Amino acid sequence: MFDGPLETLVRQLAALPGLGSRSAKRIALHLLSAKGTKLDALMRALTEAAREIVTCNTCGNLDSSDPCRVCQDKSRDKSILCVVGGIADLWAVERTNSFKGQYHVLGGVLSALDGVGPDQLTIDQLLTRLRAGGIREVILALSATVDGQTTAHYLMDHMQGMDIHVTRLAHGVPVGGALEFLDDGTIATAMKSRASL
Amino acid sequence: MRPHGEGGAVVGLLTEKHGRHAGYVHGAQSTKKRGLLEAGTLVAVDWKSRVSDQLGSMTLEQESGLPHGVLDDPLKLGALLSACSLCDAALPEREGHAGLFHGFKTMMEMMDGEIWMAAYIFWEISLLKELGFGLDLTKCAAGGDVTQLAYVSPKSGRAVSLHAAGPYKERLLELPAFLKPGGGAYESEEIYKGLRMTGHFLEHWVFAHHTKGVPEARLRFEARYEKSLSDTTKAASGL
Repeated sequence: MFDGPLETLVRQLAALPGLGSRSAKRIALHLLSAKGTKLDALMRALTEAAREIVTCNTCGNLDSSDPCRVCQDKSRDKSILCVVGGIADLWAVERTNSFKGQYHVLGGVLSALDGVGPDQLTIDQLLTRLRAGGIREVILALSATVDGQTTAHYLMDHMQGMDIHVTRLAHGVPVGGALEFLDDGTIATAMKSRASL
Repeated sequence: MRPHGEGGAVVGLLTEKHGRHAGYVHGAQSTKKRGLLEAGTLVAVDWKSRVSDQLGSMTLEQESGLPHGVLDDPLKLGALLSACSLCDAALPEREGHAGLFHGFKTMMEMMDGEIWMAAYIFWEISLLKELGFGLDLTKCAAGGDVTQLAYVSPKSGRAVSLHAAGPYKERLLELPAFLKPGGGAYESEEIYKGLRMTGHFLEHWVFAHHTKGVPEARLRFEARYEKSLSDTTKAASGL
């Protein structure tokens, strides 16, 4: 039906996460229908992102500078390190404005079934960072999934013997969650981790 | 689970009547359905396909989630991932293994109790049997003795008595007490002997010709169990 640059554009868009060929065609048509405004702006943004954005060698965050703004921020507590699976998780924690320490992005979580091993994550860099000293607490902010918790246990094993207080995020009833709609596992975990009032 | 298309995924399940079975799940990557697709979740499945050979699509409904406490216990998590990876790597698709399915379900239900590790060993033994590598632990391969079984032949998978083992015992695998005909205690050392025994047969029989070998999750689970055993021993001896 179409070929050449349009086909290439659709194929590239369809390769993006969460997009299939139908959405890719819709996006391609939308961009091409507003070439002067949306397509040009997107091209400029993509070019700039490719040129400017780098991975922070300290924490693994993406930013226009290395070290990133979070690592450079002198007002943040350098003795607390929050370990997250991906950059989206870092953004999620930052959005809450509840944490003022440093981060470490693992670049994923261990997954036995998907074949993701420790070598594919930045675990060595994390351990090097911890051995360098100056960190008194590590918060394992990893998903409450089988893979997330497997990663947390793996990290805890490797942090044994270091004089560091290791914590993890609480598991339980989400804010605004009605008990009757929660699954058994969540309620049982929340019951176990109940807090005194 | 293998992401496919817009939000969907090709999902592999261990089913009661059709063994390991794959199917496409619409919206599998959505936050609503992602929890359903965690390893160890029990789901009711409705599989539909125009032709039986096709991948087909599945609709899933949760029957029960992960047993309480599994996420907090590295050994239980390791056992769960090990069992899932073994099913994924060793079982042929769409070949019924009802016993394995029920064994898996029982093992998950037993994770709340004390002897879940023994259930895991029994499950691996039944996996070996379903794949055509049954172990004979009822009598001695050399003489038929049933009273003093202590070892397992790494070549035949048959039990060997203490007397018959004689000078060869260094080359034999230790038989855990709870697998002997009269039964025995489910102690940690015995569990570890069981893990080493099934691990040997998985490596040399089931995965001998697999390019990737024994799944990493199984190797990691055994190593973790060994470490936890040695930590417990050190703590007990005050080292």
